[in-house]
Amino acid sequence: MSTPVPARANAPERYYNYAYLDEQTKRMIRRSILKALAIPGYQVPFGSREMPVPYGWGTGGIQLTAAIIGPDDVYKCIDQGADDTTNAVSIRRFFANVADVATTEDTGEATIIQTRHRIPEKPLKAGQVLIYQVPQPEPLRGLEARETETRAMHAYEEYGLQYVSLYENISAYGRIAATAGYPVMVEERYLMSPSPIPKFDNPKMAQNEAVMLFGAGREKRIYAVPPFTRVRSLDFEDYPFETQTWEETCALCGAKDSYLDEVILDDAGDKMFVCSDSHHCAERRAAGHVGPMAGHTLDQDAALQEPAQ
Amino acid sequence: MNAIPGRIAPAPLLSVEGLTKWYGHVLGCRDVAFDLRPGEVLGIVGESGSGKTTLLNCISGKLTPTSGEVRFDTRRFGLTDIYRLSEPDRRRMQREEWGFVHQNPRDGLRMRVSGGANVAEPLMNLGARHYGKMRQSTIDWLDRVELDTRRIDDKPRNFSGGMQQRIQVARNLIHGPRLVFMDEPTGGLDVSVQARLLDLLRELVRDLGLAVIIVTHDMAVARLMADRLMVMKGGEVVETGLTDQVLDDPQHPYTQLLVSSVLQI
Repeated sequence: MSTPVPARANAPERYYNYAYLDEQTKRMIRRSILKALAIPGYQVPFGSREMPVPYGWGTGGIQLTAAIIGPDDVYKCIDQGADDTTNAVSIRRFFANVADVATTEDTGEATIIQTRHRIPEKPLKAGQVLIYQVPQPEPLRGLEARETETRAMHAYEEYGLQYVSLYENISAYGRIAATAGYPVMVEERYLMSPSPIPKFDNPKMAQNEAVMLFGAGREKRIYAVPPFTRVRSLDFEDYPFETQTWEETCALCGAKDSYLDEVILDDAGDKMFVCSDSHHCAERRAAGHVGPMAGHTLDQDAALQEPAQ
Repeated sequence: MNAIPGRIAPAPLLSVEGLTKWYGHVLGCRDVAFDLRPGEVLGIVGESGSGKTTLLNCISGKLTPTSGEVRFDTRRFGLTDIYRLSEPDRRRMQREEWGFVHQNPRDGLRMRVSGGANVAEPLMNLGARHYGKMRQSTIDWLDRVELDTRRIDDKPRNFSGGMQQRIQVARNLIHGPRLVFMDEPTGGLDVSVQARLLDLLRELVRDLGLAVIIVTHDMAVARLMADRLMVMKGGEVVETGLTDQVLDDPQHPYTQLLVSSVLQI
């Protein structure tokens, strides 16, 4: 029995237009992307559409992907660095379905990578596009509620206010304790929110070879960092920018230089640290790297026999 | 004023001419003109609705007047009509050379960040990027406005009304402005707190040689703070002169009414 070949996404009998959005919408989004690339870090308003997922689940990123994807692309989608989380799986399946693209978990192989909360560990190359899902594109919003005022501040490059949040951090914690969504200056002109990626990833944005696009669906803004752009994380002269470091290594692959997630193992306080980038970790393990907790095969019978609490 | 013969009066810091503001067909203020010299304190008094706040907003660049000029002796452009400056230049000039103390500290402070950060913000707006130095000058200023420096990291909401007003004063003086606007700075405070705050303001203004434009409906505040007074009624200036002269020997019937209606104990 042969499986019936599904009609191509742009075939007339298909219910959806290719890549879900209609052509006029994709055109509008592409124009916004071009403008965003022309003015690095500037937030370009666009007519965000209703998407088949709720706001906050990546509607901005999905619209960006839909606007630039083509049948030859190879698509990867990660959430907190992992390829196998619910949201990443369903968005990846969505584009496999509506855009007929090949999907992958391999960072090096992908042409379009949609991400939430991470930049992959493997350095990106020219020709790749990294698409960020952004909940709040305005880095100044927490301190200045008026949109008219924040627009004027961007227009006139009045960014003193952003330092107030860093000042607050130091006075409260003795160091700049902000860890995610750490504000950056793009080409020494526009202040930009890097989306809630850990500040560990901030240095990767500077002089990156890949195109980085940011989409905020609810806030209806697109912004971009073109390849080889200066990106500087804000800091004080006496409190320079620092990234997170760990004393532990990845429990599975032994990586010392990747971003680690802390996983609680039981009620006794046991925990492990693992790479948040699941593909990076898998690749290292395949290459023979072994972490302190690797190599245990799961005893399925024992797990099943364990009495339910 | 007793002009010393042969001594040239300093050039005006602020020069207002023919300032008129109409809200549609409703008059805000009409044909106001005055000069303010460096270090001078000008009081604007009058009843509610007399156009005091309209006038202050027009002068301080918050409200574009219908006609007339507001010329300020800016450091970068000299004596210029502030409404002829481009918006970024005007905003920069306001940040660098002016302060504005609101009646309600909630309008002048960021309630979500600590008192210390509120005081240090003007420094950051002017490009200071050294935390330690800013921290030190914040502490110095909190001390100067007689606040407990150990409470530097408390949020404004945890301070009393009078203390919030002191934070606001420190925030508006830390960057060394040349002109400070005050809109009823002691309104809404109880009498003893008001007296102490006035004392402090007077001292700071004298020490720093600030020029101040203070709007108030309180004759006692005007008497204590101002060198010169402008009395407004129905959007027009009805009388101007030295404070003591206006209050002790009011000429205009409205000023006479205003002075005589101050409650005595």
